[in-house]
Amino acid sequence: MQAVGVMAPGQSTMIPRVLIGVAVALTLLIVVAPLVYIFSRAFAEGWQVYAANLMHPATVHAIWLTSVVALIVVPLNIAFGIAAAWAVARFRFWGRGLLVTAIEIPFSISPIIAGICYLLLYGRQGILGPWLQANDLQVMFALPGIVLVTMFVTAPFVAREVLPLMQAQGSEQEEAAVTLGASGWQIFTRVTLPNIRWALLYGAVLCTARAVGEFGGVSVVSGNIRGQTNTLPLHVELLFNDLNATGAFAAASVLTLLALVVLVVKTVLETRRGV
Amino acid sequence: MISISSMTKSFGPTAVLRGIDLNIEAGELVALLGPSGSGKTTLLKIIAGLEWPDAGGLVVDGKNWLALSAQQRRIGFVFQHYALFPHMTVRDNIAFGLSVRPRAERPGKSVIAAKVDDLLGLLQIAHLADRFPGQLSGGQRQRVALGRALAIEPAVLLLDEPFGALDAAIRRDLRRWLREVHQKTGSTTLFVTHDQEEAFELADRVVVMGEGRIEQIGSADQIHDRPASPFVARFMGAVVELPVTLRAGRAEAAGLDARAVERRAMADGPARLFLRPDAIALEADPASPWRLTHKASNGAMIRATLQQDGGLEIPVDLPRHSAPDLSLGSAYRLRPLTGAVFSFDAAPQADAARPLPILKEKRL
Ligand SMILES: Nc1ncnc2c1ncn2[C@@H]1O[C@H](COP(=O)(O)OP(=O)(O)O)[C@@H](O)[C@H]1O
Ligand SMILES: [Mg+2]
Repeated sequence: MQAVGVMAPGQSTMIPRVLIGVAVALTLLIVVAPLVYIFSRAFAEGWQVYAANLMHPATVHAIWLTSVVALIVVPLNIAFGIAAAWAVARFRFWGRGLLVTAIEIPFSISPIIAGICYLLLYGRQGILGPWLQANDLQVMFALPGIVLVTMFVTAPFVAREVLPLMQAQGSEQEEAAVTLGASGWQIFTRVTLPNIRWALLYGAVLCTARAVGEFGGVSVVSGNIRGQTNTLPLHVELLFNDLNATGAFAAASVLTLLALVVLVVKTVLETRRGV
Repeated sequence: MISISSMTKSFGPTAVLRGIDLNIEAGELVALLGPSGSGKTTLLKIIAGLEWPDAGGLVVDGKNWLALSAQQRRIGFVFQHYALFPHMTVRDNIAFGLSVRPRAERPGKSVIAAKVDDLLGLLQIAHLADRFPGQLSGGQRQRVALGRALAIEPAVLLLDEPFGALDAAIRRDLRRWLREVHQKTGSTTLFVTHDQEEAFELADRVVVMGEGRIEQIGSADQIHDRPASPFVARFMGAVVELPVTLRAGRAEAAGLDARAVERRAMADGPARLFLRPDAIALEADPASPWRLTHKASNGAMIRATLQQDGGLEIPVDLPRHSAPDLSLGSAYRLRPLTGAVFSFDAAPQADAARPLPILKEKRL
């Protein structure tokens, strides 16, 4: 390896050393220390208390609810991402540029605002509120609301991974498959999908991480009903406000472990994608 | 037999095909030759069913192909950049067209395998069967792409600049090999190229296209000796254009001895004479207005530049060993060996595009 950057021979090696030192120190302080702290606090009162905290019905329910939300949101977003990327990459239609921009909107809007918008739309006093109530449909402060907001927040993840790849690959392979007699579904499953599989998986992993960790938007629409509409991130805050620090850190450790798993999977996928 | 009639196609405001009429006999090997952007790929894609014409007919073996989807046409299409499936082995790539058939028509696994083995043998790539496209050279990929297209026993084989991305030696090899494959399979084949040498060496007939029109159809010799339009003349390398006066079918001008140029049955009057720089001989003639202003040798040829009093400048290529001693500043008479005469109003649209004389540029 050669040093990037221009340095005359004999010039002091002080500057790079200082820079590296600062970077390492900041990483330790900002990233590693809190991680370690989470686990040290979670286990502060021993294994048994940790296990008891995790087995608490409200915590178990929060983990379950978060999993359900992720299981609904991620497949829907994969379908949406592929459909949107396909449409944008393969067809010229009116509003195509608008769609590309629209896909990215959730990245630039604070999730809280998304939550409030949904509240104003679907809430009791919202525009659709009376109609929903008349039909006995509970969207806000229930699973549908949480799913909707999480979907909004995570909508871009799959599409923005898959789209550049599909654009770069062009449609020649698909055209070749057409001339060879393949049907639309065969082309999708045997040509398109295999070509984007790593990007798709990568996007799905990012989407999962975000869906599981979403706090702001969900906190507006969930109503924080313990054991009912409390997702794991909300539950951590709730326990913390209850001054149950060990319980909060135990719940947080679950999220942290999940994040670490995502990190590993993501790194593996990044190397695979390069192939 | 393929029969294309009055076919037009525009992309938005740009007319890409402006009325194409073309018949291709069963088993024929036809080259579509033209400069880049002349609509060759578009025509090929319309035949394949990947694009649709705005107007016109496409009848193959008595069937109206415009009423058929691409899948129903049984086309073998070889893409310019191969378009192999990167996640499949060579074997699976070639088997693709057979394995996607509906269950009722699909041959058994062993039949497909046998067919693929046959093709691998025919294409001389049996040793590559289990590799992925990423592990192959350009020439090998081209063979796989052709194998994949041939596997479905296509009614028509279409190749879009099949050797465009390969280097010269491999091109020559593959050309000979494609001819052999064509002779063995006997499939009606239309291939696109912008390289005249390739077109003439491979094809029974060459179709010259320019600006969305067919300019000429013929054999190599016909197109060479009797270009049908100024466009074809220039495309064939006749880049020297002289204003002449036509008298009794013979081109005349000061310092020009055009006796070797075939007479044309055209009205007397002003006309244009198109000449190839390498089909002009020079003879010393003090009365000629053409003076030698520059000469350079590339070993085999001497490229001379002559200038007329009026300022017109032309290149002349002479074989170095048989060329006369040329001295700068002397006057020479032009004695073309072949040439083509056109009136001033011949095919004005085609005239607007001045194709690069590709053959010439490459040789220098
Ligand atoms: N899908 C398309 N959309 C718009 N213009 C196109 C499209 N395909 C081709 N063209 C235009 O049509 C003309 C002919 O293209 P093409 O058939 O590819 O020519 P060739 O293969 O002879 O180089 C070009 O000017 C090209 O820009
Ligand atoms: Mg082309």
